[in-house]
Amino acid sequence: MKAYLGIDVGSVSTNLVLIDEQAHIIESYYLRTNGQPILTLQKGMRKMAAKLPMKITVNGAGTTGSGRYLAGIITGADIIKNEITTHAVAASSIVPGTKTVLEIGGQDSKIIILRNGVVSDFAMNTVCAAGTGSFMDQQASRLNMPIEDFGPTALKAKTPVRIAGRCAVFAESDMIHKQQLGYNLPDILAGLCEALVRNYLNNVGKGKEILAPAVFQGGVAANVGMKKAFEKALGLEINIPEHYNVMGALGAAILAREETIKTGISNFKGFSVANAKYHAGGFECTGCPNMCEVVEIYKSKKVIARWGDRCGKWSNSIAQSEKIS
Amino acid sequence: MKVTFPHMGYLWISLKAMLEYLGVEVQEPPPTTKKTLILGSKHAPEFACLPLKLNLGNFMEAAEMGADTILMAGGCGPCRFGYYAQVEYAILQDLGYKYQLVVVEPPEKHISEFLARIRYITGGRPWWQVINAIRFGYIKARVVDDLEKMAQWRRPREIIPGSTDQAFSAALQLIIEARHPRDVPKAQSQGTQIMNQVQVDERKPVVKIGIVGEIYTLLEPFTNLDVERHLGRMGAEVNRSICLSEWINDHLFMGLIKGTRSSKEARRAAPPYLNHFVGGHGQESIGSTVLYAKQGFDGVIQLLPFTCMPEIVAQSILPGVSADLDIPVLTLVVDEQSGEAGTITRLEAFIDLLNRKYQQKEVLA
Ligand code: SF4
Repeated sequence: MKAYLGIDVGSVSTNLVLIDEQAHIIESYYLRTNGQPILTLQKGMRKMAAKLPMKITVNGAGTTGSGRYLAGIITGADIIKNEITTHAVAASSIVPGTKTVLEIGGQDSKIIILRNGVVSDFAMNTVCAAGTGSFMDQQASRLNMPIEDFGPTALKAKTPVRIAGRCAVFAESDMIHKQQLGYNLPDILAGLCEALVRNYLNNVGKGKEILAPAVFQGGVAANVGMKKAFEKALGLEINIPEHYNVMGALGAAILAREETIKTGISNFKGFSVANAKYHAGGFECTGCPNMCEVVEIYKSKKVIARWGDRCGKWSNSIAQSEKIS
Repeated sequence: MKVTFPHMGYLWISLKAMLEYLGVEVQEPPPTTKKTLILGSKHAPEFACLPLKLNLGNFMEAAEMGADTILMAGGCGPCRFGYYAQVEYAILQDLGYKYQLVVVEPPEKHISEFLARIRYITGGRPWWQVINAIRFGYIKARVVDDLEKMAQWRRPREIIPGSTDQAFSAALQLIIEARHPRDVPKAQSQGTQIMNQVQVDERKPVVKIGIVGEIYTLLEPFTNLDVERHLGRMGAEVNRSICLSEWINDHLFMGLIKGTRSSKEARRAAPPYLNHFVGGHGQESIGSTVLYAKQGFDGVIQLLPFTCMPEIVAQSILPGVSADLDIPVLTLVVDEQSGEAGTITRLEAFIDLLNRKYQQKEVLA
């Protein structure tokens, strides 16, 4: 059986997905990146290889996420695509005719508008680095509750409290204030979900036409309180795909499948890369006052990739056989 | 007296030429780098916009190299920029720097006001010399702008990656080295020749993107994370809505030099979306977007430093312009927190989107 591998290396999580010819997920992994993208990627590859049934051959691979070039070089990916494209592709493969993708992860939030199956508009959170996902994690731990209980508790709310959710700092102090006033926890949590949704729609979704079918994905989609808050605010039914937190990797796998079917060959280097010795190094170039921090990827002792230089002096010095698309 | 000034793209080339021609000793700050940003943001108010932080860093770095007098523009109107000179000066004083401050306010009515201020700095040089010096600075700005435009056209079409940028910096060096107005034409023709040697694929399909937004962010590549170069490498031809020489002509010469693009056209194109001045270049951002749409550009990118008020006004109006005139607009907010990976993702996704539209257009045509 032929299969395709999709890899999403982000700053918070690294996800791997293996799909079959019909784009069904055979296997998927969600790992914390912990600031070590290469090691995490290799760990995921090893896990995947161990689980792989004998009769499967991997016919193509694709990467996405902020570490997509790094992962693409290490694995020999057939396509390297940004997160907007991969998330859009994945959503419309699960909910055909998707018109809106709401995506909230640990760090970034985005909205993607699709019309006739192609991306016609998108936006990502512009500045605030305090991601909604990590903020919710923080609040759950401040309230001494497992994050899994957050959503179900919020669903019990009768009258959600209005929380000022302009930014995480305001939201937290307002929540504490409302707790002190004696509001019950479900109402506060539901209020927080509504505040976060309001914030998302004002800052990310600004001016965009949100139509059904809408798909909600990313780590935060696990929270049923958020789903309900979205439905209330938008007056639409919100779909949450089964594999909501690995959609980027799924999209990359689907694109890799399309690409290799077109070209007939794959550059995928196989799972042995999980055991090769890679490491990232780097230096500050003193060639000019830009003082670029040049990142280098070594395989054994050999430099296989470089980037981070503004002038191209270093990145161009390595013959790039793979064309990065 | 050793005069310094804040960086804003290639402004330093013009200013240095002008001042040195008048016999003023100049110490331009080292190019803006991460070190500049770290220095500046450490001492600037958190919610000030990026330009203030970088100006401050520039001054601190220039002081290390012996600068003792700051030449800085002032301004008026709703944008905070007008009092940056004073705020920056006060911060520097608190930090113990021994700087002199000379603020050049843009002339309100006539170029003679501007001339008088320049003459003041140079200690009563004869008028003809002052005028020649200003002309010298302006000519350099124009030549640099022309070379930049060549680079913007060549970058997406270059055959050897990076060759345009290499040629451009070589050409720029010639302009910098020109010591006298009469040396500029030769430097320009040599520079042009260097640019023309970059091999390009003229038939390659490229998308065209207009860039609008706050002037400092537009002109200073460190601030905008080098967006023009990234776009070029991704196969997009870039047009910047404000170039240095146009800005000088508009704001310092009061439009004295005819036949160049002027911000007036942009302002005239802004209504009915934005009918009046909102400070900074807010109105121009809207107007330029309208003009780009009419000129058949494939997309527009708006650049603004976090907390910039005029651009926030423009940002909230742009979705309407974009929908009416069917031109995709991407807003990039830059700040000391901005990461390169996130910016590149946004740019790539935007180019993907434009390419798809472009192909559709081709099919229809
Ligand atoms: S990599 Fe190039 S641009 Fe960066 S510091 Fe070195 S010489 Fe300068």
